[in-house]
Amino acid sequence: MIGLISYLVFFATVASILAIAVLGLNLQWGNTGLFNGGVVAFFGAGAYGTLILGSPALEGQLGGFELAYPLALTGGMVAAALLAWAVGALTLRLRHDYLAIATFGVAVAFESLMRNAEWLAGGAKGIRGFERPLRAALGDGFLYNLAFLGFVLCLLVAVYLFLERLVGSPFGRLLRAIREDEDAARSLGKRPARVRLVAFVTGSAIMGLAGGLYASFYAFVSPQDILPVLTFQIWAMLIVGGAGNNRGAIMGTVLIWGAWTGSGWALSRFAPIEAQLYTGSIQFVMIGAVIVGMLLWRPQGLFPERLVVSQSGRSN
Amino acid sequence: MAEPILSTRGLSRHFGPLKAVDGVSLDIREGSITGLIGPNGAGKSTLFNLLTGALKPTAGTVTLAGRDVTGLPPDRLFALGLGRTFQIPRPFARMSVLENVMLAPLAQTGERLAGPFLSPGRVRAEEAAIRARALEVLDFVTLAPLADHPAGKISGGQMKLLELARILMGDPKLILLDEPAAGVNPTLTRTLIGKIEELNRAGKTFVIIEHDMDFVMRHCDPVIALAEGRVIFQGTAAEARANPDLLDAYLGAPAGD
Ligand SMILES: Nc1ncnc2c1ncn2[C@@H]1O[C@H](COP(=O)(O)OP(=O)(O)O)[C@@H](O)[C@H]1O
Ligand SMILES: [Mg+2]
Repeated sequence: MIGLISYLVFFATVASILAIAVLGLNLQWGNTGLFNGGVVAFFGAGAYGTLILGSPALEGQLGGFELAYPLALTGGMVAAALLAWAVGALTLRLRHDYLAIATFGVAVAFESLMRNAEWLAGGAKGIRGFERPLRAALGDGFLYNLAFLGFVLCLLVAVYLFLERLVGSPFGRLLRAIREDEDAARSLGKRPARVRLVAFVTGSAIMGLAGGLYASFYAFVSPQDILPVLTFQIWAMLIVGGAGNNRGAIMGTVLIWGAWTGSGWALSRFAPIEAQLYTGSIQFVMIGAVIVGMLLWRPQGLFPERLVVSQSGRSN
Repeated sequence: MAEPILSTRGLSRHFGPLKAVDGVSLDIREGSITGLIGPNGAGKSTLFNLLTGALKPTAGTVTLAGRDVTGLPPDRLFALGLGRTFQIPRPFARMSVLENVMLAPLAQTGERLAGPFLSPGRVRAEEAAIRARALEVLDFVTLAPLADHPAGKISGGQMKLLELARILMGDPKLILLDEPAAGVNPTLTRTLIGKIEELNRAGKTFVIIEHDMDFVMRHCDPVIALAEGRVIFQGTAAEARANPDLLDAYLGAPAGD
């Protein structure tokens, strides 16, 4: 029983962290129509940034800043935002498919940099960051995990409320107009290039926050944590939930993460021994199938975008 | 004659070897409803795109209210009082009709990322004013009953009215309409014409691309005709009807879009 509850807490923590990243992607894709194919680069920038900024001195690699946890986490977001700003300034003129390829390339380059630059963050063996915050007070057990879940949930709610406010404002209306027809928006005096960059950087900073939480939860991050499959998982969560709808994005995360962990468990338990070697690959195929199937049969997702989202945009 | 509100000199736009607009010089009289006619492929829409900054000219200049605006982007030109609609309507399809219109006002505080968080009171006040004005404009173009409908789901004619409503939010001095009556049912066309004439009486200048000669005869003066990227005629609608060059241009062109 305790085992099950512990597991549920663990599951909910990871799902909530991923939900934050999915909300960041929803701002970019759901609201603005920016096809970010390299989510994991910004998630990774936040993860590595947080651990590097918060960690004590580590032999032979960057670190030793020992910033307080909230500062380290913020620093991770800033790292993700800076990366997004640089990438966005270069690539946001590209339209959907090209932007997707360019950002995918950035993510692969980021992973490869982290894998090879040992002086930066330990290379392939990863970076063991700082002790989990408040561990001295809360210990290592169930209580700690429950408290950390509470912390992550607070941030998830904060991000959700921030984004709801944002997309319900004239800024959100402007994002949607740019998503729908950039040239028409320009003919009405809007400046899409600037607005797209703001949305891209903001969404990426949110992904960076998710990365920072993820890394501090495990007190560790390595190149294995920033493989392209994570980008696909996050996309699947958004598409299943419903692009353009923040609540849908959260529901989609819970569903897909549940299906992912559930299928992993079921495969390891029931699949024939020979197939178990390929559990990971089978799951990759499944996540691809879910994305394709959803796009074919219900492209608007399980919880489609509501039509009028700006707070004052109703006629009565 | 008073200074024209818009003029071009030697305006050209080439697509590879094709001279879509080829040395066009013309003056648009302030307060007029100018008709722009010519067979399909004459370069009318391309000319609009040059006037509104959607395309950069290969050569030539554009002057708006005495100011050289050649090469300025569309957002700047809209801010300077030049509004346009598109030949194929471009609504923000997955937004409501009302939100399409509320988007248009310039320099909204709430359009900045920090706006809703740093000055919520101001954003709310602006929104209330914008919303009231948007409902007024929608009422004017007879779309008020559709305010909460998705803009992508209204008829083509209603989309043209919606595009007009959107630009009216910016209170432009000069309005360019690309084939406002094409594919629109007669009732809506009459509504649209009524609105154009009402706005014109209130001082707005129009340039209208239109194929329907009856429409042009009845509502436009003067008329400018393009063929193969060049101005082949300028004069009154009645003169246009009698002009042999024009007849040739139309007869020589492949019929239909
Ligand atoms: N973006 C473009 N690229 C290449 N050719 C174009 C482009 N836009 C228009 N044209 C060509 O320019 C000519 C004029 O087109 P257009 O201005 O749309 O004519 P009209 O509106 O008078 O029917 C046509 O031959 C058309 O095919
Ligand atoms: Mg045309």
